[in-house]
Amino acid sequence: MNHKLDLIKPWIEPNSRVLDLGCGDGALLASLQEQLDVIGYGLEIDPDSISSCLEKGVNVIEQDLNKGLKNFADQSFDTILMTQTLQALRYPHLVLDEILRIGSKCIVTFPNFGHWRTRAYLNFLGRMPVTKQLAYQWYDTPNIHFFTYDDFEALCKERSINILHREFMAQGMADKALKSVFPNLFTEIAVYHLSR
Amino acid sequence: MQWLLLKRLGALRLAEHNLNELTMSSDSHNNQNNQDSSVGLVKPQQVVIEQPLKLACGVVLPSHRLVYETYGTLNKDRSNGILICHALSGDHHAAGHHEGETKTGWWDNYIGPGKPIDSNRFYIVSVNNIGSCFGSTGPASENPETGKPYGADFPPLRARDWVASQRLLMQHLKIKCWAAVVGGSLGGMQAMRWSLEHPDELQHAVVIASSMKLTAQNIAFNEIARKAIKSDTDFCDGNYLQHNKVPHNGLALARMIGHVTYLSDELMGQKFGRDLRSGDLLQGKTDPVEFQIESYLNYQGDKFSDFFDANSYILITKMLDYFDLAREYNHDPVAAFSHAKCKFLVVSFSSDWRFSPDRSQEITDALIAAGKNVSYIAIDSDHGHDAFLLPNERYQKALGGYLSKLADRLEGGS
Repeated sequence: MNHKLDLIKPWIEPNSRVLDLGCGDGALLASLQEQLDVIGYGLEIDPDSISSCLEKGVNVIEQDLNKGLKNFADQSFDTILMTQTLQALRYPHLVLDEILRIGSKCIVTFPNFGHWRTRAYLNFLGRMPVTKQLAYQWYDTPNIHFFTYDDFEALCKERSINILHREFMAQGMADKALKSVFPNLFTEIAVYHLSR
Repeated sequence: MQWLLLKRLGALRLAEHNLNELTMSSDSHNNQNNQDSSVGLVKPQQVVIEQPLKLACGVVLPSHRLVYETYGTLNKDRSNGILICHALSGDHHAAGHHEGETKTGWWDNYIGPGKPIDSNRFYIVSVNNIGSCFGSTGPASENPETGKPYGADFPPLRARDWVASQRLLMQHLKIKCWAAVVGGSLGGMQAMRWSLEHPDELQHAVVIASSMKLTAQNIAFNEIARKAIKSDTDFCDGNYLQHNKVPHNGLALARMIGHVTYLSDELMGQKFGRDLRSGDLLQGKTDPVEFQIESYLNYQGDKFSDFFDANSYILITKMLDYFDLAREYNHDPVAAFSHAKCKFLVVSFSSDWRFSPDRSQEITDALIAAGKNVSYIAIDSDHGHDAFLLPNERYQKALGGYLSKLADRLEGGS
């Protein structure tokens, strides 16, 4: 979490308005509130996560992303955060359009299905990968879309979304060393800073 | 007319209890647990506020009486006060029990030691508001100008008048800022009004099952209830007390209508279904048939009309109808909430069709657009509008978690 925070912190202005879509237990927002004094709100539907947010004093709104974000006005936020959620939404491309309507910029992270470990899993075991980042069986997973770093870049190009920054997160020593050379192969989690 | 007051004070009971009693049999275990963490024996207090209160309608109440209860201890810097705002038929008796009674206050599920509104950590103030009928100045009180009960002459009230009166009590208690103002339904309207009228005097507003204004359907139900009361020949144009009468049937009917709208179709189906209380529907029988729901509703209506005042019912339903949070702000809720400084918690219940989740979502959206701190939780419940009074694990946990963070801060934690 701290690693992720350090990564995206430079992209967020102090005192700005931040909306975190699928905010989980609110830890990221709590840190942003504390360190950058942002006015932050998190959207969440999991009751336990919502309770955790309330206990942390993080603003949390119970709202299902799949039912749309129509209640938010155009360009009403400086930054929209969506960490590890895109792959779980019914229509990720429409949600991307919608979040760039609401926010002037957005930060999106997702598990890279093109990572060598996932590829190897499918290639050699012939089974859908169950990894640390994708820790579910195929029949019972919230992750309903599998896509790679390259797939995402293609989608951005197709929908005229500007990529302001991209970062690649990896854990293993070799991955860390090679992710900048072969991002699609060695990135476990891709982090994008986008605008339109 | 003092006898009248005493009679009313002696009849401190609440319709919500009755609901608990009849619909909550499955939660009896839960209620048992709550008994263990009750605030225990409580004694109502009263104060005559001598400072004139100018009402929104222009009328000045030269003085007024407020009956209230407190639970917990006020801390050294007098910063841990929580004001409880009651709804249409509520009173000051929100928690614990009175001497010689076993029945607990209307929000005993939520107020007490270790409960979501924790009397170990907060100083909780629950007041019966003016215009009501449990000892505070209202239509059944003596009008000093005539020496007779106000009756229908009691001035019309707005939610802001309740807020103004509550603020005088706050000054009496030497509290400068509430840690939180908390209320459901009409209570939530007061909490919102507090946030706009006295933004520096509350840190949090908890708005439960409420709305920025009633819908036409809501006003319609209230008017049917008022019409029921006024149609009772014992109503005597509101001056029934002077004629030693009470519009019992009219008030009972009004309550029956209200009661149906506070429950959900699912809940009534679960609890009563088409069960018969007497008779049967076999062919060839002429005996009268009574459904359980008929019997239940009649019982509720009768019970309510024993302790509630018909003029108060008319007065407070009108108060609900007139409430429009953003009226003075060019009908713009965002502009209205831009005046608020406190943090908000908004709560709704899925089967509440009188104050539906959509209304709470509107409050939340306006607060977000105004850049205010707000959290919103949408609780799943079959209990309709009355869900805000009843035990519900998620609701208890969420409200408790929110307020415990506030208590931590007040007690010098993070």
